[in-house]
This record gives sequence, structure tokens and C-alpha cells, in this order.
Amino acid sequence: MADYILEMKDIIKEFSGFRALDQVNLNIERGEIHGLCGENGAGKSTLMNVLSGLYPYGSYDGDIVYNGDTCKFKDLSDSENKGIVIIHQELALSPYLSVKENIFLGNEQANHGVIDWDLTEKKTVNLLKTVGLKLSPNTLISQIGVGQQQLVEIAKAFSKSVKLLILDEPTAALNEEESANLLDLIREFKRQGITSIIISHKLSEIVNVADRITIIRDGKTIETLNQGEISEDRIIRGMVGRELTNRFPDRHPKIGDVHFEVKNWMVHHPVDSNRVVDNVKDFNIKRGEIVGIAGLMGAGRTEFAMSVFGHSYGNDIQGNVYKDGQEISVKNVADAINNGLAYVSEDRKELGLDLLMDIRENTSVASLNKISKKGILDKDQEIKSAEKLNKKMSTKYSSIFQNVGSLSGGNQQKVVLAKWLMTEPDILFLDEPTRGIDVGAKYEIYTIIEEMAASGKSICIISSELPEIIGMCDRIYTMSNGKMTGEVIRKDANQETLMSLMTMEA
Amino acid sequence: METTNEVNEVKVDKKKSSIKDKVMDIFSRYSMVIILIVLLIAFQVMTGGIFWRPLNVTNLVLQNSHILILAAGMLLVVLLGHVDLSVGSVMAFVGSIAGIMMVNNKMNPWVTIIACLAVGALIGAWQGFWVAHVGIPAFIVTLAGLLMFRGLTQVVLGGQSLAPFPKVFQKMATGYLPDIAGGEHLHYLTMIIGVLLAAVLIYNQWRARQHHKSNLFEVESIYAFIFKAIFTGVIVIGVTYIFAAYSGYPIILIILAVIVAAYGFLTNKTVPGRQIYATGGNKKAAELSGIKTKKITFWVFVNMGVMAALAGLVLAARLNAATPQAGTSLELDAMAAVYFGGASTSGGIGTILGAIVGGLVMGVLNNGMSIMGVGVDWQQAIKGLILLLAVVLDVYNKRKKVA
Repeated sequence: MADYILEMKDIIKEFSGFRALDQVNLNIERGEIHGLCGENGAGKSTLMNVLSGLYPYGSYDGDIVYNGDTCKFKDLSDSENKGIVIIHQELALSPYLSVKENIFLGNEQANHGVIDWDLTEKKTVNLLKTVGLKLSPNTLISQIGVGQQQLVEIAKAFSKSVKLLILDEPTAALNEEESANLLDLIREFKRQGITSIIISHKLSEIVNVADRITIIRDGKTIETLNQGEISEDRIIRGMVGRELTNRFPDRHPKIGDVHFEVKNWMVHHPVDSNRVVDNVKDFNIKRGEIVGIAGLMGAGRTEFAMSVFGHSYGNDIQGNVYKDGQEISVKNVADAINNGLAYVSEDRKELGLDLLMDIRENTSVASLNKISKKGILDKDQEIKSAEKLNKKMSTKYSSIFQNVGSLSGGNQQKVVLAKWLMTEPDILFLDEPTRGIDVGAKYEIYTIIEEMAASGKSICIISSELPEIIGMCDRIYTMSNGKMTGEVIRKDANQETLMSLMTMEA
Repeated sequence: METTNEVNEVKVDKKKSSIKDKVMDIFSRYSMVIILIVLLIAFQVMTGGIFWRPLNVTNLVLQNSHILILAAGMLLVVLLGHVDLSVGSVMAFVGSIAGIMMVNNKMNPWVTIIACLAVGALIGAWQGFWVAHVGIPAFIVTLAGLLMFRGLTQVVLGGQSLAPFPKVFQKMATGYLPDIAGGEHLHYLTMIIGVLLAAVLIYNQWRARQHHKSNLFEVESIYAFIFKAIFTGVIVIGVTYIFAAYSGYPIILIILAVIVAAYGFLTNKTVPGRQIYATGGNKKAAELSGIKTKKITFWVFVNMGVMAALAGLVLAARLNAATPQAGTSLELDAMAAVYFGGASTSGGIGTILGAIVGGLVMGVLNNGMSIMGVGVDWQQAIKGLILLLAVVLDVYNKRKKVA
């Protein structure tokens, strides 16, 4: 019998009727590095949140056995006291505090409420040595790069005498060298007897560093691979091996000539202007075609679409955009819209809608010139257009003057689609068009997309859900590290091929 | 989360508009107007009938006109989610320039007015540049403006007041519409304009209703329309009668009416107006919809500068002097008026009518309490408390609507 530091038994977690975790089992041996793999939304993060006590005992079913004791964590500090520390993908450091202040944030070295800064500094120096960081403890977090910040987070974990370290996508924002260093560090921890769980999309890394791997799909444990069984192909098969049922409308495409083309497109990070976020040699959509961009989080898909749509992301953007063979300007959003581009953002509430406004105003906001003469709005025209388009989208509402905040996610998405259809676009970028939408409404959205393509518009879908990409698209670009790593036509598209292209080191 | 939204939708569909719901709806929508009406009646009773005397109503308008002008400009700034702390100082600065031009150099009042409005626009452009294009928080930029322009006022005036202004200039703030008919107890021209105004307003409502009908939109019942028409007529003609019984419409009231109409048109009926709301409601979404939010922000500050200049001229004309301390802390009164009128501190919500009603509530409180002999100390404290209560009520109402 193996010596397990952690056993999670039959964990079930539901969110208002939706079962995010369905009898998940996870066994971690003492002193191993354990990889946790699964698609976006498979339930990896939910499982870790259950473990850390973020979802407290009682909000889930099943048992957590840690060091032989059944644990009932009420909150994060409960699990941290036992030595379980999670380092999230989004780092939780305070940018304008120093390294030492961040490491002991919430755990101040104090006597009767007075902080002992000498002790803090001494301990920080030791911790930084452990994680191999050569930094002054007084450096501000905002002055160091993401890779070093990651190490500060790990030092922080060590200040709490960690026994089980959980890293959620630790290398997502790191370059190759930083990633390699981090993985070395994790191996070094293993020699010191610390157990680690790594969640990562970069399969090559996982294969490299992990002793055993557990695969989760659709909230269920699929299998745990032991050393010897581990290979990228094997993991991919486990991650995507689901049946495709009839979740998409039939597609009978009428595809014309190249309608829209982007060439030698180079985009730099808006803050770190040396970092190249996108470097796309050639990207095109034909008239009436639905093209997909498949890529993992951080591959640069959204950044590509937004930079093409009026330079609304990035810095120092170079490259050319053509429509029907003619070069067009996309220097600002108004230009892009006038040239027939539309971008439906992945974040409806932040970027797509004004939640203070009603359906009518949200529908018309990108085409005010169409419902006005000499700057004066024709409100009757506005109401008519908004009603017509939302009827076409079959948006469910009681009044066109209803606030969009009161609509469901699916109906909000339809309002966003209506808004962009009102601009009469020729080329539509749809970024995660069905995120957070239930299955029934998804089908309706797919039908709308299909109809738009049938009417001669050219469409690009960006999605993290491979079944969606495969089910909807005539042609699929795969993206990794800001570059297009492959181009797959519909009949050759399957999840294994796409996943291996998406995880290719570009 | 998705499921709770679904539940809300069903609720909206099923909601029967019972009379109680309707009354609650009207109350929450017009809470500021109702507060104003209650105050108007309460002060009439508490002052033993002095409050509604023609002299006092006329004074009420003359004394608060500059705050209402500021509030109109401030509304747009607040709609963008910004504030402008500098307007009180800008008023004094512009007043001092008017003093130098007209009192010291005997320049033509019309030339002076145009020059002063241009100075206001330049000041607005200066502040708008830093806020819109450099991205400095408006609070900081206009706080700097508050200090700078107060200081420059003292530099220009050398610590002295300048007076008197030419009669024509004073008339802007203290004059009345001339009476052609020469009535002894009643100002006939004012009455005629008032009746015509009421007729035009009611006709416009009727035309809008017919237009909606022809477009097959839902319209209010004919009874609701008649009620609204009578209400409009009684208010306009009644208030006109009160003015006519004293000296007629003050000129400043006509300026105010033009400003309110222009701002109402801008915010309600024009593309730039809609773009201001969209920028204030969700800046990122507005940008992704092709709205040039920097340009909008810049011009809103230019507009605020012009309105502050106009308010400064009106104040100088009424006091008949350019003084170094003119307009001190009026920025707070203007912002209070806008927030009173239901505007949101985070932008995107607010109406010109609300801002004007808010300004009137403040003015009525000042005036009524002064007549009652309440000291300035207590007036301030009471105004502060009422501002807080009004906004709490508003927030509470909105939260109830969303929940």
C-alpha cells in the first residue's frame, strides 16, 4: 500500500444544479510530483478550490483525507495551517509592497502587533535563498518580472512551512528559460521531501516533470497514469476522449474567394514592449467561410483578434490587413467598423455591454451613425432597428427598454450579436461566443452563426472548446505562443491532431 | 448565476402592474421631484406664506442661477465618472478678467463676454488634455486647477475687488424682460410668452404621441396624456403668473431655460450625448464600439470650462464686482446638485432635469431656511444631512429594482 499524503474520495461539487465535479478521486503519494491534466472547464480548478477550503466543508460531498486525518477545511487559512498551499495562475501579490512585505503579508512577524522588521528581513533572505532568487528583500514587486514574482509566491508558500504545494499553470506567463528554472526548483523541492501538484496545459512540461498524472474530463476522474505509461499522446487521448453528439447545426457551406487577409502581423505587449505577443505570417477567411482559431489560454488568440480590430490591444503593431485584395486601415476601432469588421468579445459584461443601458441602447451603440442625421438621433428608427435585430436573434425580453443586466447570459450574448449585426459587418470575429451559456442557448447561437455565414459573411471563431471549433468550423488555425502552428481543414480535424498542434512549442 | 437571471426574467414577465406597484414606480422614478414639491409646500407653510411671494420666487432664481449653470456643465463631467473641483476658482478667475477688461479698460461688455467664454474654453481644454489624453485622474487635475486659478485670480486682481460693472453687463444677472404692453400690476409680455410656451410644450407632447402611434409603438392612455398636459399647463402658466406679478421673467431665467433645453436636447437626442452615456457606463465597451472616448472626455471638459466661465460672469454681474473670493466652494454645490438629481458617482447615469431639480432643492433649502431665520451654520449641517439621505434613498430604490 502506497503512502498517500492526500486522498480525495468521491468529491461531488454542484453549482446551482450543474455538477462541476462528479465523484472525483485523487490520490497523491508522499514526496511525488503529481500532474493534473484536463481541458478548460474540466474541473481542475474547482477540485483545487475544494481542497484549499475556498469552497468550505459542507458545500461539497466526499472526503478529504490528509496525512491520514479526514479534514474539514472552513477556509484557506485552515488548509494553509496544515501545510497545503496553492499558487494561483493570477499571482496574488501587492505590486507596491516590497518582497519581504509580500512574503509575510497576513503572517506578519510581530510582537503584540508591532512588526519586527529585522526578523522579517532575516527570514526573507533565507527564503529567497531557498527558491534561488537573488533579490534585495526591499525590492518592490512591481519592479520585478513575472518569473521572479512566481518565485516570490513560492517563497511565500515556504514561509508557511508548506508540505503540499499546488501550482496552477505556473509557467503560463514565463518564457522557456524561466520555465526550466521553475521546473528544476520543483524537482529540488521533491528531494527535500515536499509533495507538489502541478496543473498545466503545457503537456511537454508535465511529461517531463511529473511522476504520476491524473486526467480529469467533464468533472470526472478518467484515469491516473503511472510512470512508464506517461506520454503526450496518451494524455491527449484521455483529455479529449468524449463522444460528439449532434450539438451543432448541419453545415452546407458555400465558400467563395479570399475575403479577408492578415499578413505579417506582429503585436507587442502593451506594457512590456519587448515581448512579442503575436507573430502571424498569414491568416485569411474566405467569403461565407467559418474559420476557427484553436489555442490554449495565453496563446495570443484574443490578442490577435483585438489587435486586428482597430488596434484595441497591444503596442507597436506591424503588418497589413486586406479585404477583397485591397489593403484597409484598422488603426482605430471606428476605421475597423467602417471597413466592415466586427469583434464580439469574450467578456460580455466587461467589454461587450453597458449594463446600465437598456437593450435598445446596447444594440445601437456601435452604429449610431446609422440611426442619426447630422448628429441628431432618430429614436423611433433606433427602436425599430433594435427590435428587428433582436427578433432575428430571438432574444427573449419583455421590453426593448429592459436593462441588459436583467437578461440571462445567452440573451445577453444575443444582444451583443444584434449590436454587431446592426453595423452590417462583412467579417466577424467571435471570441468565445458561447462562454457561460447553457447547452440549449448554445445551439441557438450556433444556428445564428451558421446563418450569418450562409448570408455571405466571413466568420472567425475563437474558442477554448475544441468540440465547438470542430463542430462549427470549415477550417481551423492552431495557435501557440503567438504563432499559427497549423492549419487543418474540416474533414481532417479531430481533437488529438488539434491538441498536439496547439501544444507544439512554436 | 445564469439560473438566477432566468428567474428574474420570469418575474419581469409575470409582474402585474397593480396600482400599488405603479405608485411605487412613480415614487422611485420621480423621488427628487417629489422631495422638491414637498419642500416647496412645507416652506410655504413654515414661512407663513412669504416663500411663494413673487419677490421671493424671483430672488430664488436670481440667487441660484449660477449654480444651475454650473450643474448643467457638471452633469456631463459626472456622467463620464469624473469630477471637476476647479469650477469655483475658474468662476473667480473669469470674473477677474471681466473686471480688468470692463472696469479698468472700459472695454465693450459684449467683447468681454465672448473673450471670457473663450478663456473658459481654454481652461477646459487645458484640463481636458491632462484628463483625456495623458490619463491623469480628473480629481487631481482639477484639484490643481482649484489652487491655480484661485491663485491667478488674486494675482490678476492684486487682492482688490473691481467695481462697478457697466449697466448692460449687470442686466444679464439682475435685469428683466422689458414690458411692451406696460401693464400696471401684471407684466403682460411675460404672461403672453408663458401661455405660448405652455401651448408649444403641450403641442410637442401631442405630436410625439401621434408620431409614436403612427409607428405602432405603445403610447400612454389618452387620460394620462390629458393629465400630463394639464399638469404642464398649470405649472408653466402658474409660475409665469408669479413672475409676471413682480417684474416679469428675469433675463437670467431665459438664459437658463435655453441652457436646459440645449442640454436636454444634447443628452437625449444627439449622437455625442449618447456617446457620453456610453463612455461613462462602460468605457472599454464604448471604445470597442468605435466611440472615441478621449475626444468625448476632452470636449466635455471644454464645455465645463465654458459653463464655469458663464457662471462666473453671471455671479460677477449680480454682485456687480469682481472679487478674489468669488465662487469659493461652489464646485461642491454644483456636484451636490448633480448627485441630488440622481446621477451616479461612477458615471453613466444622470439627467439634466435631475441636475436642475437637484440644484433647485439646494436653492430652496437655502432660501426657505434663510427666511425662517435659520443660521448659516445650521443650514450647512441640514443641507449635508439631506444630501446624504437623498442619495441613500436613491441607491436604495435602485437596489430594490435590480434585486
